[in-house]
Amino acid sequence: MRRQLPFILVFLSGAFMVFQYFVPHESSEFVYEFLLDWLTIIGGFAMVLGIWSLIRVSYDKIQRKRENWGYSVITLAGLFSMIFFGITNWQDGFGFYILQADGLNNPMFVHFFDYILIPIQATMFSLLAFFIASAAYRAFRARSVIASLLLLAALIVMMRFNPLFGAWIEDVANWLMNVPNLAAQRAIVIGLGLGMVATALKIILGIERGYMGQG
Amino acid sequence: MTLFDRLMRLDRRWVFLFLAAVCIAGYYIDYSIPIRVTNEVRSIYKFIDSLPEGDIVFVAIDYDPSNQAELHPMTYAIMEHAFRNNLKVMFTALSQNGPGMADQAIRDITDSVALDRTYNGQLYEGREIKNGVDYTFLGYKPYYAIIILSMGQNFRISFPTDYYGTPLDSLPMMRGVLNYDDVACVIDLSGGNITDAWISYGQGRYNFPMALGLTGVMTAQYYPYLNSGQIFGIMGGMLGAAQYERLADNPGLAIDGMRVQLPAHIVIVLFIIIGNIGYFMSRRRQAMEGR
Repeated sequence: MRRQLPFILVFLSGAFMVFQYFVPHESSEFVYEFLLDWLTIIGGFAMVLGIWSLIRVSYDKIQRKRENWGYSVITLAGLFSMIFFGITNWQDGFGFYILQADGLNNPMFVHFFDYILIPIQATMFSLLAFFIASAAYRAFRARSVIASLLLLAALIVMMRFNPLFGAWIEDVANWLMNVPNLAAQRAIVIGLGLGMVATALKIILGIERGYMGQG
Repeated sequence: MTLFDRLMRLDRRWVFLFLAAVCIAGYYIDYSIPIRVTNEVRSIYKFIDSLPEGDIVFVAIDYDPSNQAELHPMTYAIMEHAFRNNLKVMFTALSQNGPGMADQAIRDITDSVALDRTYNGQLYEGREIKNGVDYTFLGYKPYYAIIILSMGQNFRISFPTDYYGTPLDSLPMMRGVLNYDDVACVIDLSGGNITDAWISYGQGRYNFPMALGLTGVMTAQYYPYLNSGQIFGIMGGMLGAAQYERLADNPGLAIDGMRVQLPAHIVIVLFIIIGNIGYFMSRRRQAMEGR
């Protein structure tokens, strides 16, 4: 029964979700909204578990002085300082705001995001341009007919983002995007969709039991 | 060692240095770039421009600071256009760092709309943009697929209060606004997988008009949805944002950024061509030596 109960629950939930999609009756909508509420609550708990896991892993690393343990100190310091700034505000006298959102207006909370997190992430991503340039220079070679076609298509599409090259390149690039690209992407999307339906059916019918820790 | 062999063995630091020099020069040299507008972007502009005053545009800010350069200008251009046309805007931010991006954009655009400006020859008087009256920022909740589904039933299931903690029912703008049926369109500005969820669970299920603003590398992937009519427009990368700014006659971050992106692209293309010339010449030499 310990193994059968989860299968029954999965089957009933899955079958109901399929059923209610096609039956927009008031009572089916009511149950659907009730389930969505539950999903949101479960999602919230999963986030708490994620934070707890991050704290535990980082603390363990610091305690055992494992390689690069200093980064874990920074991780925890960032986590706790943002939580602290997010639940406090001292614009009109210091106060804790655990249930209210006043902490979101804490200047330190806003400044940490605007002047630390945004520049860090934007810089990290900007570095990609340099690596792409270097990688394209070294690896993007017309070694075969297929590679040459790929290279040519990539150059045309890249030049589409360049308004200096005239309307003709845009027309060619649009054709590439709307005909060969569209055909390939559509095939991928249809394949993915069918795969998702098959996987969902396998889970609902108990054929796929990966979520139970079984193959 | 011939010139072509040297080209083949060029230290990548020279590539980095050259690209950096071109980007910096592009940023500091003031020059204008002709921006041609594509139909995919024009349809978004026209849709928003044709909405009657008071309609609600739903903007999903689903990107992190890493995509700021490409997607933030789209947010700014759409928000300014909507507020200048007296439309109302609802925001969500379903990526982890999205709320900060949305909050920053709201602060900047409310300041901008407070000033008198002329766009496309028409004077728009400055006005105060008020939270709860002109816009509602719902904020962030984890597990975007569930949130997108639940908002189709009722925004209040996932967001009983807005980002600032005010109950939705007490916001004047949200009175009578239940779900996607009450918004004119959804525009998802995204740098990741959330777009798939918006299409599958949002547009696919609730059938609202939808447009996308995506990073340049993502754009090609979403053309099938444009062709099938599931979305009515796509803004791709910084160029898409620049096209919107051009249509709105509101040159901003994107048109500025194009001055850097354009020479950078040319440099990358040149490096690819030079690399291939070097490759073919050295292969030819090897073939001749082998003969």
